[in-house]
Amino acid sequence: MDTKVGQTIIEKPKLSVRNLNFYYGSFHALKNINLDIPENKVTAFIGPSGCGKSTLLRTFNRMFELYPEQRAEGEIMLDGENILTSKEDVSLIRAKVGMVFQKPTPFPMSIYENIAFGVKLFETLPRIEMDERVEWALKKAALWNEVKDKLNQSGSGLSGGQQQRLCIARGVAIKPEVLLLDEPCSALDPISTGKIEELIHELKTDYTVVIVTHNMQQAARSSDYTAYMYLGDLIEFGPTNDVFMKPKKKDTEDYITGRFG
Amino acid sequence: MSSTAMTTAAASLQASRVSKYARRKRVNALALTLSLGAMAFGLVWLVWILIETVHLGFAGLTLSLFTEMTPPPQAETGGLANAIFGSVTMVTFATLLGTPIGILAGIYLAEYGQKTWLGSITRFINDILLAAPSIVIGLFIYSIVVARMKSYSGWAGVLALALIVIPVVIRTTENMLSLIPNALREAAYALGTPKWKVIMTVTLKSARAGVLTGILLALARIAGETAPLLFTALSNQFWTSDLSSPMASLPVTIFKFAMSPYENWQKLAWAGVFLITLGVLVLNILARTFLRNKH
Amino acid sequence: MFSVLAHAAAWLTLALLAGIIISLIIGAAPAIKEYGLSFLWTSDWDPVQNKYGGLVMIYGTLMTSLIALIIAVPVSFGIALFLTELSPAWLKRPLGTAIELLAAIPSIVYGMWGLLVFSPLLSEYVQQPLQALFGGVPYLGALFSGPPVGIGLLSAGIILAIMIIPFIASVMRDVFEVTPALLKESAYGLGSTTWEVMFKVVLPYTKTGVVGGIMLGLGRALGETMAVTFVIGNQNQLNSASLFEAANSITSALANEFAEAGEGLHQASLIYLGLVLFFITFVVLAFSKVLLAQLKKSEGTRT
Repeated sequence: MDTKVGQTIIEKPKLSVRNLNFYYGSFHALKNINLDIPENKVTAFIGPSGCGKSTLLRTFNRMFELYPEQRAEGEIMLDGENILTSKEDVSLIRAKVGMVFQKPTPFPMSIYENIAFGVKLFETLPRIEMDERVEWALKKAALWNEVKDKLNQSGSGLSGGQQQRLCIARGVAIKPEVLLLDEPCSALDPISTGKIEELIHELKTDYTVVIVTHNMQQAARSSDYTAYMYLGDLIEFGPTNDVFMKPKKKDTEDYITGRFG
Repeated sequence: MSSTAMTTAAASLQASRVSKYARRKRVNALALTLSLGAMAFGLVWLVWILIETVHLGFAGLTLSLFTEMTPPPQAETGGLANAIFGSVTMVTFATLLGTPIGILAGIYLAEYGQKTWLGSITRFINDILLAAPSIVIGLFIYSIVVARMKSYSGWAGVLALALIVIPVVIRTTENMLSLIPNALREAAYALGTPKWKVIMTVTLKSARAGVLTGILLALARIAGETAPLLFTALSNQFWTSDLSSPMASLPVTIFKFAMSPYENWQKLAWAGVFLITLGVLVLNILARTFLRNKH
Repeated sequence: MFSVLAHAAAWLTLALLAGIIISLIIGAAPAIKEYGLSFLWTSDWDPVQNKYGGLVMIYGTLMTSLIALIIAVPVSFGIALFLTELSPAWLKRPLGTAIELLAAIPSIVYGMWGLLVFSPLLSEYVQQPLQALFGGVPYLGALFSGPPVGIGLLSAGIILAIMIIPFIASVMRDVFEVTPALLKESAYGLGSTTWEVMFKVVLPYTKTGVVGGIMLGLGRALGETMAVTFVIGNQNQLNSASLFEAANSITSALANEFAEAGEGLHQASLIYLGLVLFFITFVVLAFSKVLLAQLKKSEGTRT
């Protein structure tokens, strides 16, 4: 383990990032990132705007490939294979690494169809099993009770917080192994935010969760491990309590105590 | 769940994903190839039509095209002078007539009638007029002008073309004016400017690039229109600058000549087609670059 | 004063529409009185015997427009998909402009090119092989019977398709481009392929604009005169289901016959046809507005 970043040894990391560099055109956005993401835990990426936390998150499911001027070099190991150079098609990688975005993005179809959308890509299920899967996913997202009587209604008829939980349900329905949450609460009110934070806590039993947040309190409350980034560098990484109570770097301490950012 | 049960479930899930993906990948590749094909399909027609027009029309581009009148069939000489003159004249007058009306109505929609019932109805009716077949416009002018006056005339043609100009100009004027931010208007009002002056000197002025583009596009549109002239201006073998008599126009002349079996007529028709296409494309490109530069 | 002028211009627009409808009705009155609604399904059109029925033209108009839509809608979708998802950035603007230039070409150019360049080739490379291939087949064969000389409903339909593709494709491209990137990323994030994202998520999301664009193209096709007149064959016959037979549309009948039609039943019948066409165009426009309102409501209902 690279001692430059830290002293934290992760036993069996779900994701292993080695020497990751990322470029927007000629702009060097991520500089030689080395990081292990622990399995079945919640890892938070924090840092001021522009530090690269979302950029890093989006390398994990190769979302950057949609944009020709963005490229990544290095290794991101998932289950022993480098995601970045894997011969496996990106669709299958994204089946294992799911993502929820800053704003809720319900598809223009019914709640049921939203959940079933991803499942149909990867599995052929008879109607009964699909119903069960939809129910299971909605329960996992703590949304079932609120929508069980209106599964045929449009997804966009729900409130913001409900829509975001719909997106989470949609993501877990395809049974991924990793869940990436990119500032999932930034468009939501405090009550919905609270519900989603509770949800995150339960999701980690089955999934490895990585969450990007600009809300430090949220990171402190919800995560087990925290990575602090600044201007494309990974400054510090460790158990959340350590990072927040006894930060090892002065930069980290400055950010956490609010001296900047 | 025991760990072996979990791994078996996970393995079968992965197997399902992989097997479904093989087919999905093929479908995707096919769809994207077809999409490329569609793009090529569209381009091929454009290029082919333009090439044929140039190829067949360019040969007929002689001085006599512009100096001699439309000939009888199988004549040795001849040109399109009267048709060209007729087209230019009628198109100019139609644009001069239709533009002010169109701009005024567009101003009404954007500045006075945003939420009134008159505004909504006018917008809806304008949509209908825009979509109306141009031959029906020709029929309308025939009924109220030609039938009344018992004669075809260039003025009737001008009216028919103007009726096509008006909805186009209304639509573009309204759109362009709506893009001007309200803050600009409010600043002028705050200085005590009366409404009409705000519109003329501030709003319309700011939108003039877009409005002008709309006029150019309307012009390009009517330059190529045949149907509205078929029973209004009709046509004329000879030269006339008298708009109250039937008047030749390029499109109608081309129609008559192209459908005929006479070779000299067909040659002239291609030359005419070349002229119209050139004019229309130049106008379009002009309108586009004009709009882009102003922004 | 200025305000008065502006208001007057708006009223003028209303008056124009009213005037068009009224003058058409008056002009068509003799024919309406004579035939009533049966005009719509009678196919005899005989200027010599002064008997008129509009079925041939109405069928021709509807059929050519239908063929045009069947060809143009998928092709336009393919073009819009290409322009938004596949094309390299530097190529997007020139390609988009090229497609829009197709729309600027006057219809008479399409007509003349269609008759003198396209139809002989259509006859040799498409119609004759189709006839050879499907000649004996029961229903399909009937579609491809008739003289394969390159004019008729099929030719007119194909030329119309090429003419309306730029309208439909431009609208589709515009609405695809303003689809929020996050929505597309969500679909990709679940593992969808480009086709799946466009067809299953973006298309439903933009269906309002897409339907609007299709209606725009349909309206254009219904009212198109010159392109159709050149290649449709101008025969007032409807003897078979063949797409190769010469036929007539409302616009081509008007273009060919109106100037010589004597005042009386012939002219009135032609104006009646014009009224029918105007009505069809109006219905398409109104239908599209209603359809769009309904589509918005039914977004969630599942079969």
